[in-house]
Amino acid sequence: MKISAFHLMPHRELPADFEKRYPSVWVTPPWWELSDPARVGQYYNWTLDELLFAARAGFDGVCTNEHHQNAYGFMPSPNIMGAVLAKATNDLPVAIVQMGATLPTQNPPIRVAEEYAMLDCISGGRLIAGLPLGSPMDVNLCYGITPMEHRERYREAFALVMKAWQAREIFAWNGKYTQLANVNLWPRPIQQPHPPVWVPGSGSISTFDFAVDNEVCYCFLSYSGAKSAKGMMDGYWNVVTKKGRDANPYRAGFLQLVTVAETDAKAEELYAKHVEYFYHKCLHVPAVWFSPPGNQDYRSLEATARTPMRFAVNPKELRYRDFVEKGYVISGSPATVRQRLQEEVVKGLRVGNLMVLLQIGSMPHELTLQNMDLFAREVLPSLRPVWENEGWVNHWWPEKLRARFESTQAASAR
Amino acid sequence: MSGLNGTHARTLPVWQNRVSMRVLSKGEGPALIFFHGPWGLHWNPFLDSLAQHFTVHAPEHPGTTPGAPDDIHHLDNLWDLILCYDELLEQMGVENAAVVGHSFGAMVACELAAAYPRRAGRLALIDPIGLWRDDAPVTNWMMLNQQEMQSYIFHDPAGAGAQLLFAQPEDETERVTAQVGLTWAMGSTGKFIWPIPDKGLKKRIHRVKAPTLLIWGAEDRIAPPVYAEEFARQITGARIESVKGAGHAPHLEQPATVSDLVREFLR
Repeated sequence: MKISAFHLMPHRELPADFEKRYPSVWVTPPWWELSDPARVGQYYNWTLDELLFAARAGFDGVCTNEHHQNAYGFMPSPNIMGAVLAKATNDLPVAIVQMGATLPTQNPPIRVAEEYAMLDCISGGRLIAGLPLGSPMDVNLCYGITPMEHRERYREAFALVMKAWQAREIFAWNGKYTQLANVNLWPRPIQQPHPPVWVPGSGSISTFDFAVDNEVCYCFLSYSGAKSAKGMMDGYWNVVTKKGRDANPYRAGFLQLVTVAETDAKAEELYAKHVEYFYHKCLHVPAVWFSPPGNQDYRSLEATARTPMRFAVNPKELRYRDFVEKGYVISGSPATVRQRLQEEVVKGLRVGNLMVLLQIGSMPHELTLQNMDLFAREVLPSLRPVWENEGWVNHWWPEKLRARFESTQAASAR
Repeated sequence: MSGLNGTHARTLPVWQNRVSMRVLSKGEGPALIFFHGPWGLHWNPFLDSLAQHFTVHAPEHPGTTPGAPDDIHHLDNLWDLILCYDELLEQMGVENAAVVGHSFGAMVACELAAAYPRRAGRLALIDPIGLWRDDAPVTNWMMLNQQEMQSYIFHDPAGAGAQLLFAQPEDETERVTAQVGLTWAMGSTGKFIWPIPDKGLKKRIHRVKAPTLLIWGAEDRIAPPVYAEEFARQITGARIESVKGAGHAPHLEQPATVSDLVREFLR
């Protein structure tokens, strides 16, 4: 299986009473009260250094993502980060996983196709093209896209990007949201017919269908762990089966928060406050903003209203031990983390493309590197072979990097 | 077909048969068209009171009719919506009528009167949206939770008026239906105004020729009363009536006062 290091680039030094003083971490947090550009420059550089550290430590991929107007994770342009990472890892067998540039807010959306093609060219064909719908906070509240048009815009942009990468002839695109008379993408990606596509989702039924119909890797970016994701991912696999596709685990991606230390007790001592900072401050968003009226299609809206499970638990009432117990965070000794990741996440949800968030909330730079280092040495090697004996091909990974496991095995066997 | 509260319901196809418009009608007398606000059509005492003197026709905005949520996907913008209403009135055989609207519905009424001046005999607008002032932004109710929304819309969030929009039925299935209906109604109407309800009415409003009454809740926190002056400035001869003890929905909080004002004006 493939394991990638995910990063949000959060504000690491929010005031202790942040969630009491301000209504939201997203959309409305006041920059002038909370941030300093020079300090934020340091955050960006730490973020890049941490992802490069992960690349050198043996992770299979490094992931960046796009968000706006928030202290939770503010890489408004993931492709700027991706460009730095692509250039700096040209000597490494690591995938550049853009999770990614938000399609519905790009105007015209072929900008994403262009920038991703650039990244694929710069990285020598190591790009994974995440094509996210974008969160309602980013797309509807910050970038002004009408909630009811959000998905429709996304689908049109998705089709346009796919065609722009692959078309041999110049074509005209007469869409509802985009009209272009001469689409002729420069450059084109190295990977043919196009880079592997991942579509991140948050459990919306309609996205399952979309992911399977388009043969992409569906990635559940969850902060509430495998236990609460089980029903959701089972739903996805049901759609996969129903549509007659194979049960290739690489069809699924999952994001898991992980902290590792020498012992379980040491992990609590080192990481508890950073985990609580993340859940109490970084996710401090009014519930209604996750789904402004019209954002969910009618079918999903009805389903959610009937089973309102997503906001059943208020994370602000939970502490470190609750997060660990519930599996929101998998934390502890290497043995604990190995076992839980394998059982709950990888096997439990049938995940081939695992993403791990190792810099969490206020976690400082040195501690992040420590977490990454321990994970890379003590956890990652045991996870890598999980699906190998079943013979699946990871069609959703850059072809030139797929064989990494086999080659490292061969090398160690020599 | 009979509808709620003794209304007569009929469904008329418009827009190349892609949109089925349901209209609830009640009463006798000259035709009056009522356009509901962003929270769906609720037949209420205000409409009952008007129905004593008029034949009230209240169409449901596309998407808000039970059983036809996806109709809204056939309309792309405000222009499509106004054309649909022109087609609807054509089908109903209503050439000219008194037009009344609330909030988003008042914006629709105003747009219709600007696009087709002959269609609106007289125009009564209850806390319309559709204009914008940087010094008094219209509150985006779609960003509020239900409790906040109630307190923004109503002078008395616990009053009977609020119950008309936000009543929580005892029965679980009914509660889910009501919740889904409310959210989808906001989404379907919000489609035409997100993220700022200024879609160019200021360029067209001079075309409104109908005598116009502006009714405004004195405590409106969605569209502050300064907008009454803004509308009055742009519609020749418009008159403002401020309603005390009411927020953004004076016809629900002070139904007797508002129906008297409207009846008086339309007489």
